[in-house]
Amino acid sequence: MAYHRFDAVIVGAGGAGLMAAIQLAGKANIAVVSKLYPPRSHTGAAQGGISAALGNTEEDHWQWHMFDTVKGGDYLVDQDAAEVLAREAIDAVLELEHMGLPFNRTPDGRIDQRRFGGHTRNFGEGPVRRACYAADRTGHMIIQTLYQQGIKHNVNFLDEHFLLDLLMSDDGSACGVVTMEIKTGEIHVIHAKTVLIASGGYGRVWKITSNALAGTGDGMAVAYRRGVPLMDMEFYQFHPTGLYKLGILLSEAARGEGGIVRNSEGEAFAARYAPTLKDLAPRDMMSRFIYQEVKEGRGIDGKDYVHMDLTHLPPEVIDAKLPDITDFARTYLGVEPKTELIPIQPTAHYAMGGVPTNIDAQVIRDEAGHVIPGLYAAGESACVSVHGANRLGTNSLVDLVVFGRRAGKHMLQAIQESELPPLPKDPEAFARAQVDALLTSTGGENIAELRAKMQEFMMDKVSVVRDNDGLISAKEDLAEVRRAYRHISLDDKGKVFNTDLLEAFELGCMIDCAEATIEGALARTESRGAHYRDDFQARDDANWLAHTMVYKGSGGLEMRKKPVVITEFQPKERKY
Amino acid sequence: MQYTIRIKRYNPEVDVKPHFKEYTVEAEGNDRVLDALNMIKWNQDGTLTYRRSCAHGICGSDAMRINGRNRLACKVLMQELGKKITIEPLIGFKVIKDMVVDMEPFFNSYKSIKPYLITGDAPSSGERRQSPEDRERFDDTTKCILCASCTTACPITWTNEQFVGPAAIVNAHRFIFDSRDTGAGERLRILNQQSGVWRCRTVFNCTDACPRGIEVTRAIEEVKRSLLIEQVAY
Ligand SMILES: Cc1cc2nc3c(=O)[nH]c(=O)nc-3n(C[C@H](O)[C@H](O)[C@H](O)COP(=O)(O)OP(=O)(O)OC[C@H]3O[C@@H](n4cnc5c(N)ncnc54)[C@H](O)[C@@H]3O)c2cc1C
Ligand code: SF4
Ligand code: FES
Repeated sequence: MAYHRFDAVIVGAGGAGLMAAIQLAGKANIAVVSKLYPPRSHTGAAQGGISAALGNTEEDHWQWHMFDTVKGGDYLVDQDAAEVLAREAIDAVLELEHMGLPFNRTPDGRIDQRRFGGHTRNFGEGPVRRACYAADRTGHMIIQTLYQQGIKHNVNFLDEHFLLDLLMSDDGSACGVVTMEIKTGEIHVIHAKTVLIASGGYGRVWKITSNALAGTGDGMAVAYRRGVPLMDMEFYQFHPTGLYKLGILLSEAARGEGGIVRNSEGEAFAARYAPTLKDLAPRDMMSRFIYQEVKEGRGIDGKDYVHMDLTHLPPEVIDAKLPDITDFARTYLGVEPKTELIPIQPTAHYAMGGVPTNIDAQVIRDEAGHVIPGLYAAGESACVSVHGANRLGTNSLVDLVVFGRRAGKHMLQAIQESELPPLPKDPEAFARAQVDALLTSTGGENIAELRAKMQEFMMDKVSVVRDNDGLISAKEDLAEVRRAYRHISLDDKGKVFNTDLLEAFELGCMIDCAEATIEGALARTESRGAHYRDDFQARDDANWLAHTMVYKGSGGLEMRKKPVVITEFQPKERKY
Repeated sequence: MQYTIRIKRYNPEVDVKPHFKEYTVEAEGNDRVLDALNMIKWNQDGTLTYRRSCAHGICGSDAMRINGRNRLACKVLMQELGKKITIEPLIGFKVIKDMVVDMEPFFNSYKSIKPYLITGDAPSSGERRQSPEDRERFDDTTKCILCASCTTACPITWTNEQFVGPAAIVNAHRFIFDSRDTGAGERLRILNQQSGVWRCRTVFNCTDACPRGIEVTRAIEEVKRSLLIEQVAY
């Protein structure tokens, strides 16, 4: 076992983790732990853009951005956090530009901006150009730029280290993490004053997903096992336009640039459901429109997909603004987007829920907002909550940079003010026990089969449309998978780069994330944003204008409600 | 359709030296090679080891030699390859296990060319201005995903460990030709050294290998040309 001591350990080198690291670099002794080399993080997959009310191409105001965020989130957004997001987005995007991010430019040399779903002018009047972008590889340019800044500032990267456990001191504060160095299999105890969880999402729980194979919710699960609640997990976003069967994302930028979604009759059906925003209606709605079209028999060839039509866009617009995603259609489906329709279906995309935090990214442990000293979370693995029941496109990248930065700043302050808490006895014991259990189990169950089974029933029963019976049955299915999981047999028992072992550990994390998701979805007897219950089709503000918090207690799961922070905008019916 | 896949295996904990192992998989023509590897790992042999994450060609994890060419396993479809497929790790880096090679030297070269914007203070308000034409000037080299396909396809890298390699030069190009950057001189001095751009013999392997379609050789030529124009001293 290796032992290290730092002021801060950051778990995850995506946009959120790196943004925090840059605030701390040179000012504190830090380590960034990541199971992937930093530029391989899934932030690099983000395509469309990052919003900020710069007003570079038309009038815009951060208050409009804040309103859209709140309304887009079906009023479950904490409005103090949405205000921070919309206000600080402007500065954060400019900071990215100053760091060197190569944004597309307007003719007069400013950052260019384009339309995106749910982003409007003057509190809902019509679409506005708010998304700053670098072609359709905005996330790629963000991860590259932040990694480059990390190199410039000599950040200490522990690459290909895998998080296994979160360490809590006896007084209840966080005091480090346990990791496995993938190359050697060695266990490391990283003792630190502050810990940031920035380990991304868990889309791999579903069969059709836009998420990387590494998107397995490890950080959320590891914290959850240590008694940290998970908040609003029932709100999982299905993006309407994933490539059929593959789930690979066709960015909303495709619709932002004028792309139209059509059913088997060639009808641009979004206009029927959302007369004002049409194809630029928010994602939860677009996904439900597609679900409804398919249900009513207007899927292509009677199947569960529809078409994205880009054929009317000028070819030069496609080449200049959507090069990567049209390349995906060519490579993986053999479809030429300039002349042919692209088969698409909703794809599991983004976790609105996660580890609950306040606006300084401090993790809170209860509905009153009491913090866990030393513990922070940011990015997709956190829930501030700025996305509420449904995230608007481009708002995740804003979330990463705004709250990643706030996390770093607050951690710096905490480091200066606090002492290093003592480690618990046998700090590596729990991690080691879990790893040993996986390596020594001989029950003959196969992790890939269990994973596929889970992905299948989560897709059937816990996706765009849900109901009580389906959720109950999903809960039973999951319990079955969990039982079988205790009896897996691994082929690889070695130490060096044992990805068989890591995939097994990741499956355990996904099971925990799925559990919290189902629990929240069962509890919430209403429809709001991405959580749509066929048996409770209306939003129910009287009972459910509240966040859910799921705890893994020793005696089973516990569910609590946390009130929503409302400052400016009173809940209204959500129409587009 | 049935495919026979020969994979070069090496596990330092049991093998004295690498050896080939053959697998048979039932795959569709439009499955990715990565899907086939997953089928093997998940259903036949869990010890098979490779890096992967995004599965659609944007994270740079899974570059390997597929039928003798450097490709991303997630960006090649089975139908492009025929029924017999050979898969080996990238050449030129130490093999850790199966397809997993030691990437440290690669990232060290990348870091050596100062891959970050070097410039004076940012304006006190607003962004630095850059015209669309100036932005376009280095667009191609911003696409790099650091997959190492180019560097490990280059015969010079195989024989000269010191050579910075095409990927590092591509990333230097990304900054040298960025109108906002003022560090060109520093980077060019580094690239003008013994192990720098002049090692390049314009073999074009790198350009052929790049899964992002970057004109790697052209980027290297542009860097060489600016060295000649700027006449940077050793
Ligand atoms: C295809 C796609 C397109 C998108 N497009 C947009 C867009 O246009 N605009 C927008 O706003 N949002 C977009 N999103 C959403 C957004 O990209 C993500 O939500 C965001 O990038 C997540 O960033 P992160 O920093 O939280 O995590 P990630 O970037 O996912 O990084 C997670 C990090 O945690 C590390 N990690 C995970 N588990 C472990 C472990 N066990 N041990 C050690 N390290 C670990 C990983 O190595 C990685 O470094 C898109 C998402 C997808 C999938
Ligand atoms: S230039 Fe191309 S081949 Fe080389 S590392 Fe970058 S993406 Fe890979
Ligand atoms: S897995 Fe990301 S590039 Fe292939």
